Amino acid sequence: MADLHKLTIAELSEKLAVGECTSVEIVNDVLAAIDATDGKVGAYLTIDRSSALEQARAADAARAAGKKNPMLGIPVAIKDLLNVKGQSCTCASKILEGYVAPYDATVIAKLRAAGAVLLGRVNMDEFAMGSSTENSALGQTRNPWNLGHVPGGSSGGSAASVASDEAIASLGSDTGGSIRQPAAFCGCVGVKPTYGRVSRYGLTAFASSLDQIGPITKTVKDSAILLEAICGHDKLDSSSIEMDVPAFGKNLTGETSLVGMKLGLPKEYFVEGMDPEVEKAVRDAVAHCKSLGAEIVEVSLPNSKYAIAVYYIIATAEASANLARFDGIRYGLRVDGKDPIELYGKTRAAGFGSEVKRRIILGTYVLSSGYYDAYYLKAQKVRTLIRDDFTAAFKQCDAILAPVTPTAAYKLGEKTDDPLKMYLDDILTTPVNLAGNCALSLPCGFSSGGLPIGLQIIGDAFAEETILKVGHAYEQTTEWHTRKPEIS
Amino acid sequence: MPEANPGMHVSDIAHLARIDLTSEETALFQSQLDQILHYVEQLNELDVGGVEPTAHAIPVYNVLRKDEIGQSLDRDAVIANAPAATGGQIRVPKIIDQ
Repeated sequence: MADLHKLTIAELSEKLAVGECTSVEIVNDVLAAIDATDGKVGAYLTIDRSSALEQARAADAARAAGKKNPMLGIPVAIKDLLNVKGQSCTCASKILEGYVAPYDATVIAKLRAAGAVLLGRVNMDEFAMGSSTENSALGQTRNPWNLGHVPGGSSGGSAASVASDEAIASLGSDTGGSIRQPAAFCGCVGVKPTYGRVSRYGLTAFASSLDQIGPITKTVKDSAILLEAICGHDKLDSSSIEMDVPAFGKNLTGETSLVGMKLGLPKEYFVEGMDPEVEKAVRDAVAHCKSLGAEIVEVSLPNSKYAIAVYYIIATAEASANLARFDGIRYGLRVDGKDPIELYGKTRAAGFGSEVKRRIILGTYVLSSGYYDAYYLKAQKVRTLIRDDFTAAFKQCDAILAPVTPTAAYKLGEKTDDPLKMYLDDILTTPVNLAGNCALSLPCGFSSGGLPIGLQIIGDAFAEETILKVGHAYEQTTEWHTRKPEIS
Repeated sequence: MPEANPGMHVSDIAHLARIDLTSEETALFQSQLDQILHYVEQLNELDVGGVEPTAHAIPVYNVLRKDEIGQSLDRDAVIANAPAATGGQIRVPKIIDQ
């Protein structure tokens, strides 16, 4: 094979444009890579080979007929919570067994219009609840850099598929870090767009005020291209913003200077318990940005330390309402009962995994009569304080640099018995979802154990161009993103 | 916020959430959720008097659209997803006893 699966969207798009390869060849190479390595990595839940090849042939025909788009003919792996008409959409849960999506999510419709190839569905934590993909009811995904370690989550299948060259790019979703953290753990690039930038129509909702769909890719440029393809106002999502979509991809031109850019370093984000290797890699990345001309200023985000407490009240509250729809009536699993109440209780007992049950119960409690003010309303008020911190910080700087996670990827099974311990790892990513702004994760080093370390670049609301520019400059002048795992 | 979560009884809340738990699950979740609720009590340190709550992060309110007839989902495809259906309708257990 021609190793086309190892290339980026930008590289393949150029090759396709000049006729050096076809989409069918790319898809064949990617399918061969899946055959060779997915038995070890376990990124995919389903692959529809004949449909992928059919889409590739259609893309090649469209190109021959004059169609041009940077996503035309590029195979993309889809996180299993996005509805693709005619495909399963299980959210890695037993409760959605047998469900066939009767419609396309808006991001899927946009990818189809761009001519991308929908390659298959990748694993995740059940209903996106988790940070290691170990909460999937359907299979185990492993970190391509070390198969004994987690890929991160909840978009673990997305990141693992891209890192192992089993996909050119992937769509994930980020409610509290579910794009950025697995991207960091697997050495990929991931973007959590500003809330409202990307339509959530057809995304199975976890926490509606926090969820955003975004790209996981091999480079910053690729994230820009894929992000551009999925952004834009959608009348089917009333929280999507009416705003022009910048030419994210085209605007990245290889510029490596950061002169005139002010980058903030939040003193509170080098938290207790952080692995010294992670701290060093991130501080080195900060120094590198300074050497590219950026001015580094200290900023303060004092209320971010409350983000986990706020997040696990707000996210579970919203989840308890959103997941009420999985009741065994209209689709998915049904366990019969003598009346509907018994049916609901039995169906949800059999269909949901432990973490989902735990979060629904917590969310139901914090919304329950007598406790709403003490928990949910209070959390919403502290959310305002967290947001105000970012607003103040962005008066002093153009973007914020921080770690993505306190440690590199940990071992499979290491944290599954202690939910709170697993939650605390989200301390550096959840504040961004609560504030609603955007952030990018990209590789900035490796641990002594050979596992990737991520740098987080946080932007103000709708400042995706700024964080992409900083990430692109960093990436152009470092080599971390060029390394590939040896999967064994 | 209540000090030691006196109101948090997993079995009662699970019933409200319509999830039948085993006794093992009930005991495990009770201890895990007590721990999590204890953790979130740190929010009591903050004085949030006069702070407006944030329900969502973007300034969009009351989005209205024209009431126009559009394309609906294909009925057969929707009904095909139902665990039990008959005559183009979803079947459920009897709700009202006569």
